[in-house]
Amino acid sequence: MAVINDLKVFKDSAWLGWQMEANWTDPFLFMTYSMVKPIAGTLILVLMYIVVTGGETANAYFSYMYVGNAMYMFVAEVLFGVTWVIHDDREHYMTLKQVYIAPMNFYVYILGRSAIKIAITSFGVFITLVFGVMALGVGINLAEVDWLLFSASLIVGLISICILGLALGGISFLTAKHSIGINEGLAGVFYVLSGVVFPITILPTWAQSISRVLPVTYWMEAMRRGLEPAAMRELTSTAGFDVTGMSGVSDMTMMVYLLASVLVFFILSIGVFRFTDYIARKKGKVDWTTAY
Amino acid sequence: MQHAVEVKSLTRVFRPKKKKEGDIVTALDSVDLHINTGELFGVLGPNGAGKTTLLKILATLLLPTSGKAYVAGFDVEKDLIEVRKRINMVSGGEISGYGLLTVRENLWMFSQFYGIKSKEAKARIDALLERFGLSNKAKAKVRTLSTGQRQKMNVIRGFVTNPEIVFLDEPTLGLDVNAARAVRDFIIDWIRSDSNRTVLLTTHYMMEADELCDRIAIIDDGRILACDTPDNLKRMVKMNTTLTLSVSGLSEVDGFDSIPGLLSYSSTKKAESSTTELRFVLEDESCVSDIVSKVLSAGSRIISLQKTEPTLEDVFIKLVGRGLE
Repeated sequence: MAVINDLKVFKDSAWLGWQMEANWTDPFLFMTYSMVKPIAGTLILVLMYIVVTGGETANAYFSYMYVGNAMYMFVAEVLFGVTWVIHDDREHYMTLKQVYIAPMNFYVYILGRSAIKIAITSFGVFITLVFGVMALGVGINLAEVDWLLFSASLIVGLISICILGLALGGISFLTAKHSIGINEGLAGVFYVLSGVVFPITILPTWAQSISRVLPVTYWMEAMRRGLEPAAMRELTSTAGFDVTGMSGVSDMTMMVYLLASVLVFFILSIGVFRFTDYIARKKGKVDWTTAY
Repeated sequence: MQHAVEVKSLTRVFRPKKKKEGDIVTALDSVDLHINTGELFGVLGPNGAGKTTLLKILATLLLPTSGKAYVAGFDVEKDLIEVRKRINMVSGGEISGYGLLTVRENLWMFSQFYGIKSKEAKARIDALLERFGLSNKAKAKVRTLSTGQRQKMNVIRGFVTNPEIVFLDEPTLGLDVNAARAVRDFIIDWIRSDSNRTVLLTTHYMMEADELCDRIAIIDDGRILACDTPDNLKRMVKMNTTLTLSVSGLSEVDGFDSIPGLLSYSSTKKAESSTTELRFVLEDESCVSDIVSKVLSAGSRIISLQKTEPTLEDVFIKLVGRGLE
């Protein structure tokens, strides 16, 4: 019964999320925006790469960077989306109080609201990858894609981002306008430490140690191996050394590492959320309004 | 018998993070009260008395500093879901709502969070929209509603889930006379139609409390000063005479304390008529001449003078030593 109720809350809050995301304009404009925004964001990095390297994009490192950057959209958008649910409900719509006292699973509500963000971001990532393959020679060959590894890592990784977002959502109970800054700060940490646009091996040793406990690091590696196995092999063979620092780790072990780090972060995030929820009720901050 | 709400030695203290942010505020100070199932219970007090804090604790939005509170027999600190299944809350002046949704969608959304079947929820929504005169706004986006319409929508949101216990925090605050009347009529009809329903209403409108409530707790500075039926509360001042003077040209409202036989008094400036209404609770009616002399010697003109029946305001003045406004 509880599961049925949770599924219903998930469906309804996802519907609400969709209304929030898409109901501000007409479908054509929304579709155009959803396509142009991710490509425009990616082109900034592509242009920087071309300026620095002299224009060669059809190589393994460019593919590494491009795919990492495209997949990072999930991290940035979903982390932001999950946190934004609480901020927006509390500060803008002033509905958090009513939502909070409803007899439902609040985690499910947040995940439902965020689900649509994942769907919209997935579309953006897809468009970006298609653009990269067709216009920039990114090394994704559909015949070579390891769909099982890619799908499994994508799902586990998305779950990990939602879980991290939950912890941030809890923190945003206590931080008024600053929650967005904290959110962007954490996303920035993942960008630097998780091998998004450059391998973690170029980081100092201490930073690499942090990288190796972050689920996003294993997520990025596993998704690249699934999506562009040839480019990943070429990256190591061209350089003549273990560029990513993980080429000796099998796909299966990589997934185990990913799952283990997700489990650790799941426990931490639930703990953080419960603690911050308790503190928010203790300090009377659940229905705080400060930003509007 | 299990009470709908039971509060034992409930205390809530707000401590500022820094000294410059103000003093420690004791919003609730060892509050004890119980509300019976089927009762329309009022908490009457001025702004800052602790009314909203009490409701927030009972609605699981806020934790008490000490003491215990139970709703339908469930601990508000531990049995959150059980409490939430049975309650809903409406705050006056509330203009919340998802502006991109229509009124019906907004209400339906919240009903779904309470697990109400969609068809049943829609029927209830239509009936309540009709009752509050908002049927023609059912398909309007929430962002297009006036403030009063939004408030009415939020009142509907509080009742559409058919809660056992509803917490109404100043529900008519800011509403025009007709809308406030519609809300008050609805509250009475709602509770009278089912003996298992309970309403806890906070207000600082004396008339509203008097008209609606079976019992009233008078609260000030976080303490319950009295709790009884409106009639019994008024009997507390029945032995004393209440004198109301409307005066003009009164610059200072001082010096009445020294008049023998006068228990307490309050004053209200009437901006529209440039007069001041003075309200005296007398222990001994012989002090009327002293009061009149005092007013006249201050250079004021007495427009009218009348002895009045005790009201809840008189009770409040007697208990607190000042008026509610």
